[in-house]
Amino acid sequence: MSLAARRRIADRVARATTVACTAAVLAPLVLIIGYLLTKGVTSLNLDFFTQLPKPVGETGGGMANAIVGTLVLIGLACVLGLPIGIGTGVFLAEYGHSRLAPLVRFCADVLNGVPSIVIGIYAYTLIVLPWKSFSAYAGGFALAVIMLPIVARTTEEMLRLVPANLREASLALGVPAWRTTLRVIIRTARGGIITGAMLAIARVSGETAPLLFTAFGNQYWHHGLAGPISSLPVQIYTYAISPFDDWHRQAWAGALVLLALIGLTSFSVRVLTRGRFRMVR
Amino acid sequence: MGSAHPIEPPIGTKMESQSLDAPWMATVTNARRPTSRRPNMGDRIFRVLTTGLALTLLAVVGSVVAVLCYESADAIRTFGSAFVTTSKWDPVAREFGALPFIYGTLVSSLLALAQAVPLSIGTALFLSELAPSWVRAPVSFLVELLATIPSVVYGLWGIFVLVPWMRSYIGPALQGTLGFLPPFAGTNYGVGMLTASMILAIMIVPYITSVAHEVFQAVPSAQREAALALGATRWEMIRLAVLPYGRTGVIGAIMLGLGRAIGETMAVTMVIGNRADMSLSLFAPASTMASIIANEFTEATYDLYVQALVEIGLVLLIVTVVVNVLARLLVWRIAAPAAGGVR
Repeated sequence: MSLAARRRIADRVARATTVACTAAVLAPLVLIIGYLLTKGVTSLNLDFFTQLPKPVGETGGGMANAIVGTLVLIGLACVLGLPIGIGTGVFLAEYGHSRLAPLVRFCADVLNGVPSIVIGIYAYTLIVLPWKSFSAYAGGFALAVIMLPIVARTTEEMLRLVPANLREASLALGVPAWRTTLRVIIRTARGGIITGAMLAIARVSGETAPLLFTAFGNQYWHHGLAGPISSLPVQIYTYAISPFDDWHRQAWAGALVLLALIGLTSFSVRVLTRGRFRMVR
Repeated sequence: MGSAHPIEPPIGTKMESQSLDAPWMATVTNARRPTSRRPNMGDRIFRVLTTGLALTLLAVVGSVVAVLCYESADAIRTFGSAFVTTSKWDPVAREFGALPFIYGTLVSSLLALAQAVPLSIGTALFLSELAPSWVRAPVSFLVELLATIPSVVYGLWGIFVLVPWMRSYIGPALQGTLGFLPPFAGTNYGVGMLTASMILAIMIVPYITSVAHEVFQAVPSAQREAALALGATRWEMIRLAVLPYGRTGVIGAIMLGLGRAIGETMAVTMVIGNRADMSLSLFAPASTMASIIANEFTEATYDLYVQALVEIGLVLLIVTVVVNVLARLLVWRIAAPAAGGVR
């Protein structure tokens, strides 16, 4: 075989290999989504969204409390996580050359890499232990900690995208720097900051590990935020490892709803970034 | 740009990225109050406020470490180094050796890397070097979609789809061909180390792929063009120009994937079989550091037991932080645009 032919064959083989790799990477996605749709849709009904879980042995029931619980937990996480995260992002973008900034940035990256189960232990020790009760607060706190670095870093990046001449124009008109930041910089980057927040929400809404021993789970409606609360991911986990067929069906339905929730959040991010997200209004 | 303006900023690109410290800018900010050189009150309050929020993040990171150390202090004092070197985990007998979990984390993560790395690099090369642009966008979107699926959904799929496949197809096939090797011998339950590593591999592929993709895109096109101009085929171009240039960054991408795999909890817990045991067989049920915490934390009945689990959390934290920091350093060397910027 001539050298040219050998080189051509090697090239073809290499190209085919990369295509095969891509196919192998996408195959699980197709399989997972496929199973979710076929198993989930058949188990979904109105009861799933309106009923409480039924006791073992009775079929039917739903995950209404878990759906509400997940929304409550995400709300709590946002109340705590967004202000701190966005504030940190503003600090990093506006005072990026201060001596503190590299340390903050480094810590945000470290926190982003901390396993979520470790955050769960942290929230357990700080909130569950002193109060002697699993609580929605503890779960929300754990999720907020996970959100923090994501929100902070995307906010920083988005603020940095704002053209410097906008700031200069505002300062030149005599507007104080802090009002310039609030009224010009942050307002211009609003779409980007919202995107970051939504990404963080999408990320934490599927988190299970940090909720296992903070929000714990609840087969009924939660009574206030100082007690255990149910959530979709934990409910899916509990049902998936149970030995009951009916619960397995519910777990698939729950997974489908959870994925739809996350998909909806991510989708609205795409719409936001495509349509309204213009750096210069 | 009016050139007759009284306060003339430096001309050219420098102006675009000018910071507030520029001397001409100080003139602008103080224009209203020429007597005062101090920043106005609002500015100071705003700065203190945002700095305070940033310090909160530092405090959170600091207190995560502090809390874990404090809550495991008794365990650390009681067991010392035996904690990570002995392999007997028997809460009833108050014996706590975390070696099986460290082993489980290590083996499952490395096995996952062995499966995920070739696939990820292949996919990243396809995306950055070979795919036509109309394929590139949807494929990278789909790969990113893999990263948005929650861990517990992977676990669910693992329990009801992958585990049965493992029991009746993949496992028997592997044992039929490679069964004479110790890692592939032993009873195949469906759940176990190999199944966990497969789920992990699927989960870390999107991370490695997207970082590797970025790294390959950072390779200057002059490198590629030079190789092509010398008559190289695409594959030779990749081998001669792209891969050597991106090597450090790809190692960083792999480390990021490793960091993810080590800390991954739910999916692993659901398919690894949860046995506090070290076995040479990849079909044997095992446990990882994350999965033992998820499984036993709420069932820990006495203080020392909880402390031991927190200490495992501490070990897990230290390992992931070290892996992640190393990964960042490696990726920055490539992805940071500053020429030859090794910082």
